[in-house]
Amino acid sequence: MHRFANPGRFQRLADRILPWTSAGAAVALLVGLYLALVASPPDYQQGESVRIMYVHVPSAWMALFIYVMIAVASACSVIWRHPLADLAARAASPMGASFAFLTLVTGSLWGKPMWGTWWVWDARLTSMLILFFLYLGHMALMNAFEDQAKGYRAAAILALVGLINIPIIKFSVDWWSTLHQPASVLRMDGPTIDASLLVPLLTMAVGFKLYFASLLLLGIKSELTAARLRALQVTKMRMT
Amino acid sequence: MNLFLAQTAWELRLAFRRRADLVLVLLFFGLVAALFPFAIGPEANLLQRLAPGIIWVTALLSVLLSLERLFLADYEDGTLDLLVAGALPLELVVLAKTLAHWLTAAVPLIIAAPVVSLLYNLSAEAIGWLLLSMALGTPNLSLVGAVGAALALGARRGGVLIPLLVLPLYVPTLIFGVMACEAALAGLPAKPYLLISGAIFLVMLFVAPIAAAAALRQAVE
Repeated sequence: MHRFANPGRFQRLADRILPWTSAGAAVALLVGLYLALVASPPDYQQGESVRIMYVHVPSAWMALFIYVMIAVASACSVIWRHPLADLAARAASPMGASFAFLTLVTGSLWGKPMWGTWWVWDARLTSMLILFFLYLGHMALMNAFEDQAKGYRAAAILALVGLINIPIIKFSVDWWSTLHQPASVLRMDGPTIDASLLVPLLTMAVGFKLYFASLLLLGIKSELTAARLRALQVTKMRMT
Repeated sequence: MNLFLAQTAWELRLAFRRRADLVLVLLFFGLVAALFPFAIGPEANLLQRLAPGIIWVTALLSVLLSLERLFLADYEDGTLDLLVAGALPLELVVLAKTLAHWLTAAVPLIIAAPVVSLLYNLSAEAIGWLLLSMALGTPNLSLVGAVGAALALGARRGGVLIPLLVLPLYVPTLIFGVMACEAALAGLPAKPYLLISGAIFLVMLFVAPIAAAAALRQAVE
């Protein structure tokens, strides 16, 4: 892993991966959207509004996945002071917040025709809302310091504390109130969802993940370029 | 151990010298709790039903008020540098400070809670459960708050930042604190909720000092 602490090596590797991930994301999202919006059947109970699920569920998975990814990057940053880990956390945090927000918005768009209200104080909705606030806190803390390095360190500690707290929050909110349907894809006894719905859902999930990977690589690259630019400017000022 | 006690006693003495702060927090607690009936209406049954939640949220906000001063003064006058370099491990310094914060910011609220509960017509039994749930839950508020306060040291707008960092993490404590009271009010066993509150406290007792100490180290770097 430390081999990639070298920014130049990382840049070359990222340049090689990036076309594949972005092309993959484009293909998976296009195919996924076609399957989800056109080819898949409407649900016998939910009708056409089941199609919101194809955006809603992958966003929710991504929102959770990105938080774990940030926590892993933060651990790398705290333990090994890996220089790219901070940049990865910084690039991922706004994306995680966006996915959490997208989950909440699509969920409430779906809830209005199905449950008859935009918002219910249900366990899963509430824990996603708290996750969204955790992201906002992470972003605010990261940008609150004059010295950017301090912001990275503080945000890394916050992300790790948040990771320990997420199961506790999830558990407590579950106990507090539950209305949402239980998980239907990731179950011990196999998915309960029909294949005609599952295939577009998984295609969309793959598309979302590749999309995230491309943006993450781009984000880290642009952070590196910005850092190099700053260094060059400082050198130039010293020369003159 | 002696050092830990000395540190705690020192913090308590400092807090006692600034009695006005403590009184202000208590006043805030009483005032906000007295504000709710104006917003909700004077209907006794409704107020009684909402009382545990209102008192818990009010206590939580009051604790939040006093979080910023937990490390800020020491950070600004350089005491923190000495504490980082001192003989007592920084984790224990954090624990001593948190203990002192709990004793001076949360315990007065627990003592004042029965008086406020009377305003809401809570029965003696319900007040007992409320106090028990607060006694088990408020240490959490201090511990998690210490992490938030340590992280926000040296940040711009630190005072506004702390609630944003800390409030999402307060949710479990709030849920189980209020649920214990409500279960007791409804005649159901409150013990499971109190046990979970205690469990969360034990986890935080381990996690919070480590995280807060790491944050303090990077703040004085």
